Amino acid sequence: MSYSDKVIDHYNNPRNVGSLDKSSTDVGTGLVGAPECGDVMKLQIKVNPQTSVIEEAKFKTFGCGSAIASSSLATEWVKGKTVDEALTIKNMDIVKELSLPPVKIHCSVLAEDAIRAAIGDWKKKQETAKPVAVEAK
Amino acid sequence: MSTDVKVPQQLPATKHTAPEGVKLPIYMDNHATTPMDPRVLEEMLPYFMEKFGNAASRNHSFGWAGEEGVETARERIAKLIGATTKEIIFTSGATESDNLAIKGVAEMYREKGNHIITAVTEHKAVLDTCKRLEKYGYRVTYLPVQKDGLIDLEDLKRAMDDKTILVTIMAANNEIGVLQPITEIGKLCREKGVIFHTDATQAIGKIPIDVNKNNIDLASISAHKMYGPKGVGALYVRRKNPRVQISAIIDGGGHERGMRSGTLNVPGIVGLGKACAIASEEMSHEAAKLSGLRDRLRDRIMSRLDETYINGSMEHRLPGNLNISFAYVEGESLLMGINDIAVSSGSACTSATLEPSYVLKALGAGDDLAHSSIRFGIGRFNTEAEVDYVADRVIETVERLRELSPLYEMAKEGINLKDVKWAGEAH
Repeated sequence: MSYSDKVIDHYNNPRNVGSLDKSSTDVGTGLVGAPECGDVMKLQIKVNPQTSVIEEAKFKTFGCGSAIASSSLATEWVKGKTVDEALTIKNMDIVKELSLPPVKIHCSVLAEDAIRAAIGDWKKKQETAKPVAVEAK
Repeated sequence: MSTDVKVPQQLPATKHTAPEGVKLPIYMDNHATTPMDPRVLEEMLPYFMEKFGNAASRNHSFGWAGEEGVETARERIAKLIGATTKEIIFTSGATESDNLAIKGVAEMYREKGNHIITAVTEHKAVLDTCKRLEKYGYRVTYLPVQKDGLIDLEDLKRAMDDKTILVTIMAANNEIGVLQPITEIGKLCREKGVIFHTDATQAIGKIPIDVNKNNIDLASISAHKMYGPKGVGALYVRRKNPRVQISAIIDGGGHERGMRSGTLNVPGIVGLGKACAIASEEMSHEAAKLSGLRDRLRDRIMSRLDETYINGSMEHRLPGNLNISFAYVEGESLLMGINDIAVSSGSACTSATLEPSYVLKALGAGDDLAHSSIRFGIGRFNTEAEVDYVADRVIETVERLRELSPLYEMAKEGINLKDVKWAGEAH
């Protein structure tokens, strides 16, 4: 299998590798995939509670080069977006950007799942963390 | 003549520079195929132009020249495996030999029985042939393997019944290099009057194989796994004690004693013969060299990286084979990081089926370790300097990918990955 230049670039120079404090209320963590399937992605976002803008994004991925590239690209794309904007990122956008072949589409699906899982986790934390604020509305 | 191996590079050259005496890319995938030995090519060349005759042309010198080349090759192959020349049937390769052996016995001995025994870790050329026979009413037992990749002889004994006509178990595995106890398997088969076929593709020319000492009735041979050309192989068919008969699967002019029709691939056969002659001379010396290189590679890698696991028995193993799983790192991403080295992975991502290696799964190590495996196939032309370079590149890439791996991070935090409820487990 040959890889696109963009996949190789993300593989060689992955963006935003690392971890955020998953216990922080501002941080949402998405962990998707399974070791048995050969792909696990962890994507974390740090969201500004006032603006809902994703200020930081980090990832770690166990998977093939395309999986690493998809999650690396996902962190680049979500950064600076509001959570609602980030939810509009579709796996096919990733496929297009990285020129993934059909056999690697599941990598992009996993990256989209990771974004949704991270945002879902953050939203859940907001509900439980700020019951007072919700009541005040 | 140069012995350089040219591997087409799919990826742009990496920043890595080769140390003194090492030429990149390095080919270390000698179970997939081997480069031709220049001595083999030299021997073949006259048979393309001057000696182009059809070996079956009995009444002119062109035919005789071809026939002479073929018969010399037959002698050389027979000598390597302790057979006689009349027991060697030329084919297009080991896949055809496996098909001919299994289907040929199945058809010939249909009256006697319909039961065949094989193992789950066999090559697809054997497994898929057996599967086809199941469609035609044959019964096939697929023996499991133990943790070390070897079959349990007790399992084999239990599987045999009065309808068993054939046992087909490989001599050496193409992925994990383990050597099945063929002598004992053959002995059991003798006692029960069952024919024993062994796919010896990876073994012949690498380790001593003697059809009499090893109690083999049928053996598949391939040229390109032993520094010969692609597209040519042979099947050993025992002629006495006991005499084994097989039905042909390719009909035609009645070549090869009626067992395999079709004009002989004379240059290829000459090449296979030369490859066997070289192996007869050099095998013991070469095996010692290769196992030395293999152990060097293993020691260098495993002394620097924790949580690396060898797949398959180290004791019963081909000299040049090493198959290692690097926990928390996915195989294809590892291959991508060592793109100036040609090796292969049992990872799903490197196969068309998205399933990890069925051989590694059969060892019971878990799919995750199958995804993390790399097969190193060290061959005749690899050097110590190459082995050191490969080890260092693997170490550095595994370390980098582990830093990128959420599984490694979780494991370091003390989380047991087996206890995690994975979101994608339904995949």
